Amino acid sequence: MTLLIDILTSLLLIAGAVFFLGGTIGLFRFPDVYTRLHALTKADNVGLGLMMAGLSLQADSLATVGKLLLIWLLVLLASASVAHLIAKTARQRGIEPWKQ
Amino acid sequence: MNNIYLYTLVGVGLFSLGLYALIVHAHLLRKILAINVMGSGVFLILVALANRTYGTAPDPVPHAMVITGIVVAISATALALALTLRVHTETGRVELPEESLE
Amino acid sequence: MEAITLLQLIFDTLLGFTLLWLAWQALSSPDLFRAIVLFIAFGLLMALTWVRLNAPDIALAEAAIGAGLTGALLLSALARLKAKNSATIMTEQVKNKPLFWLLLTMLSLAVTSGLAFSVLTLQENSPGLSIWVLENIETSGVSNPVTAVLLNYRGYDTLLEMSVLLVALLGIWSLGGVPKRHDSFPGQILNILIPLLVPLLIMVAGYLLWAGAHAPGGAFQAGSLLGAAGILFLLVGWQFGTQFMGLPLRIMITFGLALFIAVGVALMLFGNQFLEYPSSLAGSLIFLIEAAATLSIGITLAALFLGGRPGLRRHK
Repeated sequence: MTLLIDILTSLLLIAGAVFFLGGTIGLFRFPDVYTRLHALTKADNVGLGLMMAGLSLQADSLATVGKLLLIWLLVLLASASVAHLIAKTARQRGIEPWKQ
Repeated sequence: MNNIYLYTLVGVGLFSLGLYALIVHAHLLRKILAINVMGSGVFLILVALANRTYGTAPDPVPHAMVITGIVVAISATALALALTLRVHTETGRVELPEESLE
Repeated sequence: MEAITLLQLIFDTLLGFTLLWLAWQALSSPDLFRAIVLFIAFGLLMALTWVRLNAPDIALAEAAIGAGLTGALLLSALARLKAKNSATIMTEQVKNKPLFWLLLTMLSLAVTSGLAFSVLTLQENSPGLSIWVLENIETSGVSNPVTAVLLNYRGYDTLLEMSVLLVALLGIWSLGGVPKRHDSFPGQILNILIPLLVPLLIMVAGYLLWAGAHAPGGAFQAGSLLGAAGILFLLVGWQFGTQFMGLPLRIMITFGLALFIAVGVALMLFGNQFLEYPSSLAGSLIFLIEAAATLSIGITLAALFLGGRPGLRRHK
């Protein structure tokens, strides 16, 4: 049983890492600020969520799972707000979205 | 924890990088960044060496010193930044006035 | 070599190399904004390194103070300098002198090799003072050894550290009033965030303060969270009332240090040495001092971010 949980944890952690990698590649390869913000926030939030899920399987109490969930929610909140602020500032400075 | 000396050498490297940047750059903000990097290097050396208690918990005295050091570093940085702004207000440049080296 | 040790070695090497690379990039980047952002990232990686080196208290302090608050201070200063993106300015007289570069290279090499040699020839297995710390931990009043060292064994150092914070603030206040801010209004989003974040920050600060006795945490980590809450208020542009900025502000800033000294003197009046806690009271006294310290540290850090004496208009 614990072996199954360990395997599941590893899969979730690896999946989360893949999402982080995708977000980072998006940061490098996407053409302008807005698309990069999109890649970063979406991919990193999902990646963090998957990692938290994997870690929750290893937690020893429900309180720890609650803390992990709270961390994920706070990161979601922070990254969404910061992405909004960056995009707003970019718009105010006149950076045009990349058109095909 | 066999990688204590690895981190110690990283700390030494950070200190040297910071020292080099402190001497080379004239812009005051960069000097402040360099001093902070030097401080981080010293903290890293202290904490890495605190792990030399093989098998048991690390030595807490360097930990306490580093926490103190972090707080002192931000105090010094804040004061240095205020002085930098004052220099900028008074002279319009963000460098210290240079005497001739002749 | 086992797989896990190899993995640890790979991880540590990667982490160490990234630290050095980030520091180099931050120090040599021509764009100052980029340099500061890289420095913040460097601070976050340092927090990760502290966790790796079994120092969770330091990791908390570094993430909050070293990366977060220092980054906020640097960015605020950069905005006030109306950043002329200055490249690596070198004074003209010195740049062309090969003697300068030769001396600098020799100095760097000497410092690096000297430090590396002295560090690598240290004793392998050196428990330091941890033996004595752990032997006396029951009489110290707390069970977290770092808090015991900070507030009991080396309480005098912590007292002086708080006075360093105070002196830095006094230095900044002596330079004049609050510098004029760039009035770029951040928009609605911070107004929405603050009622969510500030209560959470205060609650987590209280938790860290209480947990510092038996788990990683303590007054400085908690105080830095309160400082972050204060900085959020300042970023949104809240103006605190003038009557608050006078005496109440000064009382709150000095409260932590004053209480610390008062406890020490009171102990002397009862026959002990300065700051020698009796074992039965040690835990409560430490908590009392830490609570006052948390408040003062939070307000002082926010006031450091303000950058000048509130209530005094700077004549520019």
